[in-house]
Amino acid sequence: MPEQPPYEEEEFHHGPEGPPPEDLAIAPTGFGGTMDLGSSEAETLERTPGGPEGTGPKEKPRSLWSDAWRDLRRNPVFIISALVILFLVVISIWPSLITDQSPLKCDLAKAQQGSQPGHPFGFDGQGCDVYTRTVYGTRISISVGVLATLGVALLGSFLGGLAGFYGGVGDSILSRITDIFFAIPVVLGGLVLLSVVTSNTIWPVVGFMVLLGWPQVSRIARGSVITTKENDYVHAARALGASNSRMLLRHIAPNAVAPVIVVATIALGTYISLEATLSYLGVGLKPPTVSWGIDISSASAYIRQAPHMLLWPAGALAITVLAFIMLGDAVRDALDPKLR
Amino acid sequence: MGRYVVRRLLQMIPVFFGATILIFVMVNVMGDPIAGLCGERQCDPATAAQLRAEFGLDKPLWQQYTTYIGHIFTGDFGTAFNGQPVTELMSTAFPVTIRLTIVAIFFEIVIGITLGVITGLRRGRPVDTGVLLLTLVVISVPTFVTGLLAQLLLGIQWGWIKPSVSTDATFGELIVPGLVLASVSLAYVTRLTRTSIAENKRSDYVRTAIAKGLPRRRVTTRHLLRNSLIPVVTFIGTDIGALMGGAIVTERIFNIHGVGYQLYQGIVHQNTQTVVGFVTILVLIFVVANLLVDLLYAVLDPRIRYA
Repeated sequence: MPEQPPYEEEEFHHGPEGPPPEDLAIAPTGFGGTMDLGSSEAETLERTPGGPEGTGPKEKPRSLWSDAWRDLRRNPVFIISALVILFLVVISIWPSLITDQSPLKCDLAKAQQGSQPGHPFGFDGQGCDVYTRTVYGTRISISVGVLATLGVALLGSFLGGLAGFYGGVGDSILSRITDIFFAIPVVLGGLVLLSVVTSNTIWPVVGFMVLLGWPQVSRIARGSVITTKENDYVHAARALGASNSRMLLRHIAPNAVAPVIVVATIALGTYISLEATLSYLGVGLKPPTVSWGIDISSASAYIRQAPHMLLWPAGALAITVLAFIMLGDAVRDALDPKLR
Repeated sequence: MGRYVVRRLLQMIPVFFGATILIFVMVNVMGDPIAGLCGERQCDPATAAQLRAEFGLDKPLWQQYTTYIGHIFTGDFGTAFNGQPVTELMSTAFPVTIRLTIVAIFFEIVIGITLGVITGLRRGRPVDTGVLLLTLVVISVPTFVTGLLAQLLLGIQWGWIKPSVSTDATFGELIVPGLVLASVSLAYVTRLTRTSIAENKRSDYVRTAIAKGLPRRRVTTRHLLRNSLIPVVTFIGTDIGALMGGAIVTERIFNIHGVGYQLYQGIVHQNTQTVVGFVTILVLIFVVANLLVDLLYAVLDPRIRYA
């Protein structure tokens, strides 16, 4: 009888008597809370039956990607979340499009005042315009999210892909190392590691997320590569004398990358949320960086007198995270071949 | 089964040591352990050197680690920044956080599974769509925002609860903080139960049970639920560790003097002993919870046998 490996080796080779797939989806859920949500969510939802309608009448064979794109264009969830994200990206690049003030221009006399003509969201504890700060906060949140996701996805799929392809001792060592990282609570690790950093840039936060986030993607990438490399076309390529690197890059990578993309999209949302959480705890980004987390943190002291200072950046944060998680949801539905 | 347990216990060893080494290195390399000992001022070099020698901080890091771990196995977790033994802090902090976690797990089980069963049985209906949307929103709003909002609305605007929890931290006071702590996991439990129920509803054994004339209720509770809850139990089990580690945010908002609070104090005062000690225990809880969940599989699902 097959034994039930917690989260390593034959993860993707369960026989019919093996545990149902969900428990595998859960197994990678580490200690970390926020950061691991991406992967568990991705895998949990992966099993959701239903979803987009089947493919229409056969015209010509389509690739997974063009098929997925066809599905996505019809999915209202995708359209809405993509539009929201497009808007957020645009205002994070050109914040001056929708505000003509500076987020650092503050007038203490106006501290904590409510909304006024020209200042729809009111003023914060330092008398800065909440609307302008919320708009400018987009840039930091999106940059941290995108950079951390890029780093995690590249490092994780590189290590996980190689481990899955070559197997052997390196693979076992990598699996043990990911186990170790999963046992460390993310918020706690962030507090310990970032509490001594004095830098004013976003790089320590991004670096920390990459450091604790890569095992999540590496596990997914490894599993995906292991499934893909058993396909006939890979065996055929090997029989034809293709080199390892050619097999990996031309045959395996394009077919194994879909789960990584799904996990990365959802993780992007959770990284934005994590950055805000760390900033709220006072170890993430530091002023004068304009960040929703910092603003929420400083507003939480005056929650009694002036809740509006907290609600606007918190709302912006929630909408951004929601948009990315919904986008990941839609992309997963479209890329999951089981739904076809 | 016995061999499997032994194998799993052996696997726990590298995870435990790896995680503690990682935390130990983080704390020691990144921060200066004696920086907090001279009050607000900088230590003068002679005092600093003397303190280093006294605490063994002049020795290489691996030696410090082995000494520390050796002490831990004899139950000596060192002293906190205020001179109290760390074990004493633990004995006051852990009961509070454990109570908070129990409340959170309770909500996960009761609300999460109930909503999951309802939506799973009514897939595609308005109630299903509504709950799904709600779970997405709950997942998207970071816990600290949920917590602050709950504090603002329930505690300040409507006055239903006290905005901060007293040092006793009774179960009654922990209901709202527990709900906040559970919120994200609760949404996941709902989604997971829903998926699982919806999948199993179409299975042969459910059709058989209905065909042989069992009442709807019995089919759901005895056949469908029992099989569908296996992945949910796994999630909740692994979540215990995550909740205790993640309680730091909730405890900060509601001023609960639990593990998160002590850890935060330890980090603020750069007290290595407190931080490493608490994190070590948390890692241990996480690893043991994972092991128990894996063993629970065999009980829940007789199809699984451990070699």
